[in-house]
Amino acid sequence: MPLGQTVIEKIFSAHSKDEVKPGNIIWLDLDVRSARDFAGANVVFNLKKHYGDQEKFEDKEKTVFTFDCVVPANNLGYAENQQIIRFFAREEGIRVFDSEWGIGSHVLIEEGYSVPGSTVVGTDSHLNIMGSVGSFGQGMGDQDIAFGMKAGKTWFEVPPTMKVIIEGEIKAPCSAKDLTLAVIKKLTSKGALGRAIEFEGKAIDKLSFAGRITLASMVTEMGGIVGFIPPNQEIIDYFKTRSRSKFTPYYADEDAKYVEEVVIDINDLKPLIALPFKPDNVVEVESLEKDKIHVDSAFLGSCTNGRYEDMKIAVEMLKGKQVAEHTVMKIVPATRTVLGDMIKNGDLQTLFDARALVSNPGCAGCASGQIGMTGKGEVQVSTGNRNFKGKQGAGLTYLCSPATATAAALAGKIISPENL
Amino acid sequence: MKKSVILKGRALVIRNEKTEPIDDIDTDMIFHNKYLHITDINEMGQYAFDNLDGWKDFAKKAKIGDILVLGANFGSGSSRQQAVDCFSALGVQALIAKSYGAIYKRNAINAGMPILQADVIDEIKFIENKDEIEVNLETGLIKNLTKNKEHKAKGMSNVQIDIYHSGNLFEYAKNLK
Repeated sequence: MPLGQTVIEKIFSAHSKDEVKPGNIIWLDLDVRSARDFAGANVVFNLKKHYGDQEKFEDKEKTVFTFDCVVPANNLGYAENQQIIRFFAREEGIRVFDSEWGIGSHVLIEEGYSVPGSTVVGTDSHLNIMGSVGSFGQGMGDQDIAFGMKAGKTWFEVPPTMKVIIEGEIKAPCSAKDLTLAVIKKLTSKGALGRAIEFEGKAIDKLSFAGRITLASMVTEMGGIVGFIPPNQEIIDYFKTRSRSKFTPYYADEDAKYVEEVVIDINDLKPLIALPFKPDNVVEVESLEKDKIHVDSAFLGSCTNGRYEDMKIAVEMLKGKQVAEHTVMKIVPATRTVLGDMIKNGDLQTLFDARALVSNPGCAGCASGQIGMTGKGEVQVSTGNRNFKGKQGAGLTYLCSPATATAAALAGKIISPENL
Repeated sequence: MKKSVILKGRALVIRNEKTEPIDDIDTDMIFHNKYLHITDINEMGQYAFDNLDGWKDFAKKAKIGDILVLGANFGSGSSRQQAVDCFSALGVQALIAKSYGAIYKRNAINAGMPILQADVIDEIKFIENKDEIEVNLETGLIKNLTKNKEHKAKGMSNVQIDIYHSGNLFEYAKNLK
């Protein structure tokens, strides 16, 4: 075992016969190969075209399709693509997590496919969210995924690793999303370009499962390949009952080599918000209050903030209150499991009484899915991860935490939850 | 059916009028988006570099077996596969650039196009247009046979060599196990 390895180098070494060091291109064994309703039909097309007359899967048990972008399909294009996948998967005996399941990356975690130390690929550009549980995840194009399903491996250039050290602790009403926006503000969209990140610090250790997902999900917006959060006991226990196979969490060696170390002090962290149209265009929410920006819609959900803990923040804030008159609040749990918890705990009644709109699980707001799009001039606050021009319609999207989005829904304008 | 890992050919060095390397050549300069509807590889060669100043007649200049010598960040921009395939269509054997755009690199390797990374374009004394060169893909040794000079680059990885011998990524997987 070579000395001084980072997390990604350890995971890769356990999944490759080639020499793992930054810059080397290696064959990487894949524990999970997935495709979603976006690009999934093209994966099917590629498999049929190239391997029509032979076995198309190295291991069917490690291969899944997940539907999450537009669920249920509300346009013919998605409907047809989903049906292409259904026909193919039924014929080949491949598992499909269809429209009722929710966001594929989260389902892969909940169902014990993505576990600490594993390697996972799919057609979702936020699949590096797996770093939240110490797993390597990577989004790829339809040709690469078709190859991965056939070969059970892919090739990858070992990235260098940088360390991001967080000093201080998160204090309410700030949450993991504010921490995440603080990191993006510091690194910008290019700060982690072509690199893996390892997050470190007391605030990181204390992050809940949901908080880890939030931070890891936005490494894409920092330009990074993947961002790892060392699994703590809570994470390891979470997978003990649900993992489909034995798993090994990996931690960096003390003498591991990093290309850069960035220290971010969050002792004075305030609720943050990213202005349209760039996720790294981050300011304090309070600095916008003087502008009295009317909010037409508030979206709570996405792979970044769609866990039960995120829903609960809104539920507590909305209890006994009403969403502002000229504002719509759209709430979308990430998965069936999250929705199930909301039903069990009576949260839907609270949200209904507050006049919030709750939809079935999925990507929704980030993929122009089941909760629609924004119109020209519409101001939307969103707990998602991207606010690029045109991504969610013609409107203006601001990215913020569940607490800030709920505060905006209650006040009908952009306001810090501290000042509600 | 193994191919040779030692390639010999004529160098085409992509420099500007002042004989400086042209950096940041993007996929629109290589294969413009107005030709994206073309899917037949045999049709692609004629449009290679037809949006790159000074090299718009590249398709006429190129000969089968040529080796391209390129600047930094070659192939930045979109993910179009045609930006690699248009060179294969002309019989270009290999690319040697200072660096590549990340997606371009992935596409080139997947297509079995041999690519090496080296700074040889910086030195006029080392390489000029139409010099006869020889590259060893495994060891990374680049020899200029005309000028009798050598440069040692990093050889291609096992992954690249595996895919190169198979032809492309999809062909490679057909012969596994």
